[in-house]
Amino acid sequence: MTPGAAIEVEGLTKSFAGRVVVDRLSLAVPSGRIMGFLGPNGSGKTTTLRMLCGLLTPDSGRGTCLGLDILTEAQRIKRQVGYMTQRFSLYEDLSIVENLDFIGRVFGLAERRRKVSQALDRLGLTARRRQLAGELSGGWKQRLALAACILHEPRLLLLDEPTAGVDPKARRDFWAQIHGLAADGMTVLVSTHYMDEAERCHLIAYIAYGRLLAKGPVAQVIAEAGLSTFTITAAADKVAELADRLTGLPGVDLVAPFGSALHVGGGDREQLLASLAPYRDNPALVWREDSATLEDAFIHLMGKSSDNFSNGPVS
Amino acid sequence: MISGGRLMAMIIKEFVQVRRDRLTFSMMVGIPLMQLVLFGFAINSDPKHLPTAVVDADHGPFGRALVAAMQASAYFAVTGEVDSEAEADRLLVEDRVQFVVNIPPDFSRRVARGERPALLVEADATDPAAMSGALGTLSLLAETALDHDLGGPLASLKASPPPFELRLHRRYNQEASTQFNIVPGLMGVVLTMTMVIMTSLAVTRERERGTMENLLVMPLRPIEVMLGKIVPYVVMGYVQVAVILAAARLVFGVPIVGSVWLLSLGSALFIAANLAVGFTFSTVAKNQLQAMQMSFFYFLPSILLSGFMFPFRGMPRWAQLLGEALPLTHYLRVVRGIMLKGDGVADIAVEAAAMAAILVVVSVIAMLRYRETLD
Ligand SMILES: Nc1ncnc2c1ncn2[C@@H]1O[C@H](COP(=O)(O)OP(=O)(O)OP(=O)(O)O)[C@@H](O)[C@H]1O
Ligand SMILES: [Mg+2]
Repeated sequence: MTPGAAIEVEGLTKSFAGRVVVDRLSLAVPSGRIMGFLGPNGSGKTTTLRMLCGLLTPDSGRGTCLGLDILTEAQRIKRQVGYMTQRFSLYEDLSIVENLDFIGRVFGLAERRRKVSQALDRLGLTARRRQLAGELSGGWKQRLALAACILHEPRLLLLDEPTAGVDPKARRDFWAQIHGLAADGMTVLVSTHYMDEAERCHLIAYIAYGRLLAKGPVAQVIAEAGLSTFTITAAADKVAELADRLTGLPGVDLVAPFGSALHVGGGDREQLLASLAPYRDNPALVWREDSATLEDAFIHLMGKSSDNFSNGPVS
Repeated sequence: MISGGRLMAMIIKEFVQVRRDRLTFSMMVGIPLMQLVLFGFAINSDPKHLPTAVVDADHGPFGRALVAAMQASAYFAVTGEVDSEAEADRLLVEDRVQFVVNIPPDFSRRVARGERPALLVEADATDPAAMSGALGTLSLLAETALDHDLGGPLASLKASPPPFELRLHRRYNQEASTQFNIVPGLMGVVLTMTMVIMTSLAVTRERERGTMENLLVMPLRPIEVMLGKIVPYVVMGYVQVAVILAAARLVFGVPIVGSVWLLSLGSALFIAANLAVGFTFSTVAKNQLQAMQMSFFYFLPSILLSGFMFPFRGMPRWAQLLGEALPLTHYLRVVRGIMLKGDGVADIAVEAAAMAAILVVVSVIAMLRYRETLD
């Protein structure tokens, strides 16, 4: 085990009905770090998180969570891990406080009452503690679920899209809280589709079609994608036309309109420049070379991997 | 206005959904099939071959002729001759025979003398409906059984009144009240229905609502989940028992001959067995509809084969074997035994052991089926 790794897995593989969903995934998350787990829909993020906390048994591979074997010591892992499910999974027909009390009792928390009322205070839900969880709005449900999974003060948090549907202010509070917890030594693996959230993580891991394609600090992942990008500003009504013309040219891997600007880029700089050359002298267009964003890097990675996948098994 | 297109859209969607739910689909075929088999082959409201013991103190020709005639009528299966009334009595208490025929000493001689001696038939009348056919035949037999033997000088005795007097003594449930039989049985039926349905929904509901995922990541052991889900319903089951017992006593006037405590103990076993059955269903069913269907699938034979609605002794061997595997069959014997016959611990031990065995087997299956993961 790498010293100080909270999660360390090797070759994790899982298939459903003969279709490989997570493919020989190896991952290490250092203690006290926040790792963002990114990837397109259906890429296997939820499945991976479930294997880590013992909800699913891997077909092959091995690994440890908090130094405990994920295959044989799931029961002990469960005590020290907080897992927030993608779909709301608390009891909708129990009140907020009843849900928290239930969890507190299952974990046998000392000073349960105090911890529950602290959690309610932090959430700002003390006044509505008797409201049924099912009656909460989507964002509030997410916030309750987060409070529920850190109630037992776990050492490792596995969060599956914890901020989906949460407003910007609450998301900021949420991330401030996550960073606070990490500073106290908690390790966090959090899946998300938001780029701004990914950039708040110490490390990111990018998975597509079950394969881990990139991992490391944000800057490193962007750099390794090796993208050259340009922003072209044009008259608003010309952008769509230009986008159509550029799409599919050799070397042009991504074309994305942003209002009256067009963002284009590619992995092969020479080819990209050659394809763009005919347009560079157009006086109606303003060219500016800029640095690739994380989103560019992901879209580029995704485009590459779907090519690999199309000759693999189909669903 | 009904739009054909919109209606079709709805119909097609429903068909696709029904077809996807394999279990529902097979239940829709399976339940009528089961009913056909049970009603067509297993159930017999006019049971024959009822076990009968004979105490023959006479050893004369007329006694033997009578026994032969009873045997020939197919309603009675003479399981053996016993020497003493005490032994016959034991057979009756232990539920091994339904009838005891007492042929008094000098029976043959007194018949021949035209004295019209009495012949005592003792019957276990806990379930009056089960023996009405047999009793009808018996009185008919009294008139004709000896005709063949009453030849020559005795021919005059053939004419009515019959050559001997048939005395029927109903043991238990002397009033021959069907309510006395049905009301205690109802307790078992109600418990079966509610207990199995409640727990069969228990795990299924967690799965259907998605709360299972959260439950499984918590450090709960399967046995804790199972017991936690069962215990509240044990309490509810006891409330039901209390309500039905009170109603039985106060509304229907059913006597409670035996010990209420013993009845509570037997009920605890029965409730636990049913809850375990329901829990097992809930580990199999994918959604709550399937769980309900499985409960119904279980409920049907429980009512039909347990001896609640139709006499157990009237069923063919295979149906009786099936019935023995159902907790209700044993519970009915316990409840009726305690309430109507005043059975004690020793009398219900075998039935209680059977319920305990079912409980253990079903619980083991449930534990094996319960998944600690989402695979
Ligand atoms: N229980 C299951 N049975 C069959 N297939 C499954 C099951 N769970 C997941 N899958 C399949 O596994 C693949 C990965 O699913 P997973 O939920 O891990 O993706 P994800 O990365 O979490 O996606 P999203 O971003 O949409 O949440 C999908 O193709 C999905 O259809
Ligand atoms: Mg997911």
